[in-house]
Amino acid sequence: MGKKTKKPQAPAWYQDIVDRNMPRRPLLRNCLWAFIGGGALCALAEAASQILQQQGLDKESAQSVVLISVIALTALFTGLGLYDKAGQFFGAGLAVPISGFANSVAAAMLEHKSEGFVLGSGCNSFKLAGAVVVFGIASAFVVAVVMLICGG
Amino acid sequence: MSVQTAARAVWRFNPPVGVLGAAAVCGPKEGNGPLAADMDQVFDDLYLGQRTYEQAEQQMQQQACRIALRKAGCDVQQAELLLSGDLINQITPSCFTARALQIPYAGLFTACATIGEAATLGCIAVAGGAARRVLIAAGSHTCTAERQYRYPNEYGCQKPPHSQSTATACGAALLGDIPAAVGICAATIGVVRDHGVCDPFNMGAAMAPAFADTLQRHLAATGSSAADYDLIASGDLGRVGISIARELAAAQGIRLDDTRFGDCGVSLYGDDPSVFAGGSGCGCAAAVGWGYIYRRLQRGEWRRVLLIATGALTSPVAGQQKESIPAVAHAICLCAKGGEC
Repeated sequence: MGKKTKKPQAPAWYQDIVDRNMPRRPLLRNCLWAFIGGGALCALAEAASQILQQQGLDKESAQSVVLISVIALTALFTGLGLYDKAGQFFGAGLAVPISGFANSVAAAMLEHKSEGFVLGSGCNSFKLAGAVVVFGIASAFVVAVVMLICGG
Repeated sequence: MSVQTAARAVWRFNPPVGVLGAAAVCGPKEGNGPLAADMDQVFDDLYLGQRTYEQAEQQMQQQACRIALRKAGCDVQQAELLLSGDLINQITPSCFTARALQIPYAGLFTACATIGEAATLGCIAVAGGAARRVLIAAGSHTCTAERQYRYPNEYGCQKPPHSQSTATACGAALLGDIPAAVGICAATIGVVRDHGVCDPFNMGAAMAPAFADTLQRHLAATGSSAADYDLIASGDLGRVGISIARELAAAQGIRLDDTRFGDCGVSLYGDDPSVFAGGSGCGCAAAVGWGYIYRRLQRGEWRRVLLIATGALTSPVAGQQKESIPAVAHAICLCAKGGEC
């Protein structure tokens, strides 16, 4: 077995200087805007879902329509060059909902458009989102096995 | 013309190598910044009418080279050597520029310190009698660098306030063996320094030690002090990097006060919050150096400027493999008539 190399670290005296000169991350403000942005997005989606259900769609279909709409709108705003600016402002508020996932796919596809439709956009579409898919499926499998054994 | 070795990798050029022509070009955001008036050309479109950003970057470098040649009154045939570099894999924008210009070409890479490397090697070639006209250039494009080093351009992740933004800019100059209004009288090639900084967003902290080291070596070897310069300009340390560099220099007994110390990356954008701690990229020091600084020396407002271009020598792969970020800084001393060191 190869020895695991430790991540290099700045010596304490230099880390001190760096820390002293680092601008403070506006944590409270970031959290607040993430809450407002993400909350507003989810509230709007829920409202849309309720309206669709009142129009006669069943709950599952209504939710699917809303999800697809959020994904489509995200792709549109990514293409218009607005999503990254909103993302800088709202942070996790836009990254955590499905819009974050959609943005990561749309942005990667746009970025690699110049290398061709298949080998560029196609191959690179899950460049960022791939990890979410892989580990999502893997953890779902583990949970399913545990449930199968314990839940009978 | 002669080149004297003042110390290990510190050279003096006596008489100074002439800057026969210099050009700075930039993109739309830089064109709205405080240094717009010092640019020879501002491109309103990030694509420069090309199909891809990579082609745009190449076009920008080609344009800067052609303007520098034109201002020097030289044609392409008279340039004996082209020394250039950029940030992109296999430095293709520079290679493709060399393909278009058909000047004998040597490609360079020390990230954002490339213009310092190109100028130093160019001066050695000219002062050493190996070439009479050497064209040097370095450029960067925000969209090509962003996608290579960070995330896709349209990806909506939140960047920390200490991160920097790659400049869409390019600087070029023609060096020659005849006296000119602005010359290069000394240069230092830096030692690669690494203080173990791993945060790819914190280039300033990674590069500050290299800057302080080259500054100290250059001043010691040339027997000058910080007060002998109208300006000491770092390449792209950003706001975080300059305050760290100031502390490191102070520890070496070098006082960098605000009036005589500036950063190309900060000056290029002023207070624009969208670039966070400031600009970066090969084009940053190149365009500010061959635009803003060169013009002030040419007009006689300044007599001597020390430009220390700083480069973070990392790649996304090295970063993901948990390597820390090594950095290098190359210094050139630009002087107006009478300002020779």
